[in-house]
Amino acid sequence: MVKTPIYMDNHATTPVDPRVLEAMLPYFTDVFGNAASRNHVFGHEAEAAVEEMRGTIGAAIGADPKNVIFTSGATESDNMAIKGVAEFYKERGNHIITQVTEHKAVLDTCKELERRGYEVTYLPVDRHGLIDLDDLRKAIKPETILISVMMANNEIGTIQPVKEIGALAKEKGVLFHSDATQAVGKLPVHVDELGIDLLSMSAHKIYGPKGVGALYVRGRNPRVRLAPLFHGGGHERGMRSGTLNVTGIVGFGKALQIAVDEMESESARVKKLRDKLETTLRDRLDEVFVNGHPTLRLAGNLNMSFAYVEGESLLMGLREIALSSGSACTSATLEPSYVLKAIGVSDDLAHTSLRFGLGRFNTEEEVDYAADRVVEEVNRLREMSPLYEMAKSGVDLKTMAWKRD
Amino acid sequence: MAYSEKVLDHYKNPRNVGSFDPNDENVGTGLVGAPECGDVMKLQLKINDDGIIEDAKFKTFGCGSAIASSSYATELVKGKTIDEAFAIQNKKIVEELSLPPVKIHCSVLAEGAIKAAVEDWKRRKEAKARENSVPGKQ
Ligand SMILES: Cc1ncc(COP(=O)(O)O)c(C=O)c1O
Ligand code: FES
Repeated sequence: MVKTPIYMDNHATTPVDPRVLEAMLPYFTDVFGNAASRNHVFGHEAEAAVEEMRGTIGAAIGADPKNVIFTSGATESDNMAIKGVAEFYKERGNHIITQVTEHKAVLDTCKELERRGYEVTYLPVDRHGLIDLDDLRKAIKPETILISVMMANNEIGTIQPVKEIGALAKEKGVLFHSDATQAVGKLPVHVDELGIDLLSMSAHKIYGPKGVGALYVRGRNPRVRLAPLFHGGGHERGMRSGTLNVTGIVGFGKALQIAVDEMESESARVKKLRDKLETTLRDRLDEVFVNGHPTLRLAGNLNMSFAYVEGESLLMGLREIALSSGSACTSATLEPSYVLKAIGVSDDLAHTSLRFGLGRFNTEEEVDYAADRVVEEVNRLREMSPLYEMAKSGVDLKTMAWKRD
Repeated sequence: MAYSEKVLDHYKNPRNVGSFDPNDENVGTGLVGAPECGDVMKLQLKINDDGIIEDAKFKTFGCGSAIASSSYATELVKGKTIDEAFAIQNKKIVEELSLPPVKIHCSVLAEGAIKAAVEDWKRRKEAKARENSVPGKQ
């Protein structure tokens, strides 16, 4: 018997790897100094740990370590990159390009900049969630100062053509920010090869602790300047004031090191599990649809619509499996997922979607168990679904006159 | 979302799931909601000539609270007259199932489904009566 509850929501967050925890522990109690304390050994030790981790993280993304700025996570990194560039380069231009399936940390930051008088272009995506490079090329104008496109999407796992975007940005002399929160540690990331000027990361998506992340800010070719979000003690070369979260940084560095070292074997294993889950569900259920890209997709991601079964009710039947849904009923806004909407999933199907996020600690037994339970619940709820009954009896649900309230 | 015990119970053991033949002259069918909104309820009532609801069945596409609301609605209406059923308000469902504010619309939908089913039955009875009163028709 598998142990429940089973965690399959690794896009939302991940547990801290025991190896990471072990690396962190001494920094709570023994090496607790303030990394900015220059005049005693407690401070020196803390600083040494931070610099070692900066080195690890820099190496993991092919960057000069001194260009890695520690933050409280990807939300802050995204805000810092976008607002920081917008503010610093406002004399040069006021136009920013992003795309519709970005995380809210990017989208809402862009909305805020619009309120401050900037102009933002939100590129559309195709049915797989990819932006069109021609659209991007056409959107760039003399006033454009920044392109912000994520590396991999957190709902559907789609991997954007970052390298091509980087090349285009360079050709046009526009800065390129990429939110790589879901990608670092899972895909090879090299900021120079990919032409990335600013890169957001977060530790808790890669088996590190919550509340710590980083922003890479290119130092040469070109040197990127940012107006800081936080003012204070001038930490992180004045770009991000605030006493460094040494314990968190140690955990982040260790987590990224492990993720990079084990990337190849782990992604192969996770992909195998994901593919098994996908194939099993497709084989055993009719009218299920995968949302996202067939191949350019994160190894652990499976976003699937189960026609005629509302997502929240499905989650309720699968309470011993931690998943998330694109259904409106699970969201605070009562709107179905904007990402699914953006890739053209109709509202009725968006309501029926579940996101499986497989990760390091999932086992084949868990996947088999989850597949069995999903099949069981979908069948049970379809028996209860008037839509399934109508569709099976040949009623065209799209042309029905529905009584909306 | 934390569900009340009663919502969980109705969700796990829904009462009266199923369908009646919608063409049966004693059956009234209410279909409310829309797939794009994430909730569709079908409630059917079997009503005798005295206007008493003898049986009820439902099928629902919607969240757990919507399923529970319609399941409870079928229990609620059984044995009632059509007027009593028509007068049922969603508040009754909210209270029974302890629905939180964000789930009130699920109960509103169930109230609407009951009313729609009663109206459907009445409409069909009246149509039938008119048909029978057409001169020359047996
Ligand atoms: C793509 C993406 N960007 C940003 C974030 C926010 O990261 P954090 O929780 O570190 O602020 C997340 C996580 O929810 C994410 O998936
Ligand atoms: S059906 Fe959407 S909240 Fe109940």
